[in-house]
Amino acid sequence: MSNAVTLKKSEFARASLGDKIFLLIGYILLGLFVLAIIGPVVYIVIASFMDPITLQNRGIVFEPGKWTLTAYKRVMTNSQIWIGFGNAVLYSVLFSVISVFITLLCAYPMSRDDFKGRKFFNAIFIITMFFGGGLIPTYLLISNMGLLDSMWAVILPGSFSVWNMIIARTYYRGIPNELREAADVDGADELVFFFKILLPVCTPLIAVLILWQFVGMWNSYFDAMIYLNSANKQPLQLVLRAILIQNEPDPGMIADMQSTAQRAQLAELLKYATIIISSLPLLVMYPFFQKYFDSGIMIGSVKG
Amino acid sequence: MNAKTRVNKLHNTFVYVKQHWQLYVFFLGPALLLTIIFKYLPMGGILIAFQKYNPFKGILGSEWVGLKYFQQFLSSPDFMQYLVNTLKLSVYGLLWGFPMPIILALLLNRIASSKIKQKIQLVLYMPNFISVIVLCGMVRILLSVTGPLNMMLGTGINFLTIPKAFRPIYIASGIWQGAGWASIMYTAALSNASKELKEAAQIDGANIWQQIKAVEWPAIKDMVVIQFILQAGNIMSIGFEKAYALQSDMNLSSSEIIATYVYKKGLLNGDYSYSTAVGLFNTIINVILLIAVNKVVEKLNDGQGL
Repeated sequence: MSNAVTLKKSEFARASLGDKIFLLIGYILLGLFVLAIIGPVVYIVIASFMDPITLQNRGIVFEPGKWTLTAYKRVMTNSQIWIGFGNAVLYSVLFSVISVFITLLCAYPMSRDDFKGRKFFNAIFIITMFFGGGLIPTYLLISNMGLLDSMWAVILPGSFSVWNMIIARTYYRGIPNELREAADVDGADELVFFFKILLPVCTPLIAVLILWQFVGMWNSYFDAMIYLNSANKQPLQLVLRAILIQNEPDPGMIADMQSTAQRAQLAELLKYATIIISSLPLLVMYPFFQKYFDSGIMIGSVKG
Repeated sequence: MNAKTRVNKLHNTFVYVKQHWQLYVFFLGPALLLTIIFKYLPMGGILIAFQKYNPFKGILGSEWVGLKYFQQFLSSPDFMQYLVNTLKLSVYGLLWGFPMPIILALLLNRIASSKIKQKIQLVLYMPNFISVIVLCGMVRILLSVTGPLNMMLGTGINFLTIPKAFRPIYIASGIWQGAGWASIMYTAALSNASKELKEAAQIDGANIWQQIKAVEWPAIKDMVVIQFILQAGNIMSIGFEKAYALQSDMNLSSSEIIATYVYKKGLLNGDYSYSTAVGLFNTIINVILLIAVNKVVEKLNDGQGL
């Protein structure tokens, strides 16, 4: 660390005046961008502990007595939020596991030069990246299949990702051929080779794909909005949408307030706590995946 | 090719498939099945764009109306408005949003301390893990009449009801959320660019601007081109989720885009055929755009496209 800093200093010190100005402006811009990201988040965090009336009239003030945990208590004891959490976990886990498994399987033959029909299948898959039936035909199909209000309507249609297949295929191709040849000598069949030899050396790929798919499902709401009607099947994002966008929190959360004005203020405050509680799981988790990001994105950026 | 070699080839294929049936059944099978069911079957459903579709009669029993719905929406001023909204939103979004990750990556690349760099990256990536709903919820809070922005300005403007404010809000929040994440791949490519080359450039007395031109830009140029094609080609497929979550009754004149219009017309009003026709029109423009952009890039890039 100290080494890197001294190196930086000396590099900066050695730079010409023009370069120094250039670097300084660059660092300031970067710093402003970082502040612009942190600012709103910090505001929401602090505001979530504020007394709603004070917040509305005076903004954030640092006076003891104006702080409260009311919003958190109400959000944490609301069953709809927890149902949403449970559903979001269920859908996201199922989706990411199924999706990545199918994608990894498919990418294997597609990565082999000797695979007959590769070009044909490739064309079939690629076409779907650019052309599709669109919203209504897909909706009618799901409806005809009897999948309305079923979680499979949300999980299955998008579970095979052509883009991820191309990424996995490229990754497989980067694996040394010796591995394959060693397996051939042993007479391993395709399934054994795939599960016992190929997958174990693909951990970074699998981690990145699982993360992408999980986050993608966790954060989306459109499919759930059009396919799921029952309240007990709604994923978190739909519950959040009611609170944050439609201003219609679960009545149980605010019903005990006397006046409409009080209810409105409380509903407003609930938004802050809801944002924090619902975003926390992913925000806590993602730093642990950071080491995979760079390698993962490099995999992704390689031309298919 | 004569008949004999053709038979031979067929025979070889047959032998190959028989030997490697696992590849077709276990490996390719599930993906192919999902693709056929959820991607190709709906393509058949496009036919209802040319019908007066009646859900009870189905595609086979519904009356054919030719291009009636296409004529209907192409002559409607509302539709033209939504088409323009879609184009403006994504073109401006691309122009403002595309350079940001590249600039961020170039700046990050100039930070020598890897620890500091990592901390900054952690912050830059963070918004990517916030959902669209939460992002739009935050935007609504920060810009609300009693929110912090109005408090700072000493005003009481409800930004989300102003049509003119919709695009800047949409694009700025998009950069806030996505620019850091999109910079990863440029950062990775830059850190792979040979350090020695950069040192050589420094010894030659090149200033930073010259180094960027000689070393860093060549390292990411291909990636920039590919990303630009992909994004320009997807101009018409701008997402539903965020636009819908930032809409209010008052800002519809600029926030209603084709994706939200198709949803409202089709699923909320039940105009299946009309809505499918609009969707199909959108897809076709998208495909044409993608081909055109690819051709342009091929010309600029010494015959290399996607």
